[in-house]
Amino acid sequence: MVVIKFPSLSFARMRESNIYILLISFFVIITSNSYAAVLPDERIDLLYHGYDGGGAQIDGPSILVRKNIGTSVSVSANYYVDMVSSASIDVEATASPYSEERKETGFTGQYMVDRSTINIGYTSSKENDYDASTYSFGVDQSFFGDLTTLGFGVSFGEDIVGQNTDPTYERTLQRRKYSINASQIVTKNLLASLSFDSVSDQCLNLTQEQSCLNNPYRSVRYLSGTGGYLYQSELYPHTRNSDALGLRAIYYLPYRASVRIEARQFADSWGIEADNVELRYLHPYRDQWLFEVKYRVYQQTAADFYADLFPYRDAQNFLARDKELSPFSSNTIGLGVTYKIPAGVIPWFDKSTANLYWDHFNIDYDDFRDARVSPTDYAAGEEPLYSLQADVIRLYFSFWF
Amino acid sequence: MILRRLLLIALLFSVAACSPIKPWVKPYERQKIADEIMSFGRDPAADSYLHHVYDAREAARGGDGASGGGCGCN
Repeated sequence: MVVIKFPSLSFARMRESNIYILLISFFVIITSNSYAAVLPDERIDLLYHGYDGGGAQIDGPSILVRKNIGTSVSVSANYYVDMVSSASIDVEATASPYSEERKETGFTGQYMVDRSTINIGYTSSKENDYDASTYSFGVDQSFFGDLTTLGFGVSFGEDIVGQNTDPTYERTLQRRKYSINASQIVTKNLLASLSFDSVSDQCLNLTQEQSCLNNPYRSVRYLSGTGGYLYQSELYPHTRNSDALGLRAIYYLPYRASVRIEARQFADSWGIEADNVELRYLHPYRDQWLFEVKYRVYQQTAADFYADLFPYRDAQNFLARDKELSPFSSNTIGLGVTYKIPAGVIPWFDKSTANLYWDHFNIDYDDFRDARVSPTDYAAGEEPLYSLQADVIRLYFSFWF
Repeated sequence: MILRRLLLIALLFSVAACSPIKPWVKPYERQKIADEIMSFGRDPAADSYLHHVYDAREAARGGDGASGGGCGCN
């Protein structure tokens, strides 16, 4: 058996004393130079979202309401639903198509003190076999005459993973995330932002033969020794730590339009390295319209314990055949339009918009084969490589009051 | 190592924040920066959903300026 060991990688594993030093430094910044911050807009967003690709259809509504209380407090509530109907390649290979629903509720609060903003949040996600709760806390501070904004955030979450086919199956995992964000007005035409996130997932109270960070319904395949292949359950490490660094910038062109660029690098303790770049062009037309064109490329390497086809049963101490842990590259094109509804058409609101955005994903997997083909046509391990195309629609109405 | 660098940056910002640095982009020069086309996250519900799609389809997570909760999306 191949034994894979994972080195300590993440900022999330740093000693607690170091976290306190960082927090103290941050509060020194906050208290050293105070100016006034700005509360977010009061608004209502009504969103219909739809995903269609790879045999899965997921759609549903999302409603976000954000309201100020007095001059220094802003609160928001979000209700989000995923209605899933899935016959994805994983499902077709080893299980039956299914339907389910995921409901997410979230609440946030922001308290503004001079030019600092204190943020708290709570999110709950529930589906018939997965419950997740997340608590978050963060502080933002603007200084240098509002040219610079620095933010620090932490979030803690606990998930309970179930399995519909086995009522006794229950796995608990703990999630932690530490974030640092800095945004900067560089020139009168250029904004830039740097974000660093360190995330740690940890299974609780499991034996060596159990996993919590994988989909419990998914299997890996291995050569049977007689020319074909068989399936066995996935087995994942009990921890995952990851770091991601993202840089974003928006430039105001010589005419009224903007170009935004985003670049991100990612690495985790499972051996995955990823990066992506996105370019977006936003063009207003007259006073009523905004048009957006976007192109994004993404690529990643595989997890150390991923294989499309293992040589024999229990070939490694950890086993995965999740295509999201396989090496692949993808590109996404996006088009969108925003229409500003003339004032007075919808009463009670200062401003209203209607928006339609479409993104098309094209994902090419380098080491994930389509095992749905007939074994008589293709030998094990020689099936065609899988690719996935998906369309994502966002249709939403926004109202400012 | 990453922590030490971040700590150093934080301390440098602390010191710099106490110094009399003058804003090089004056408030009256920020009308373009304040334009809605210069926003990183113009529509939070729509942006949050697209980040959710990326997180479900890709192994990478974080570093995108977005906050997120857990979901059984793997």
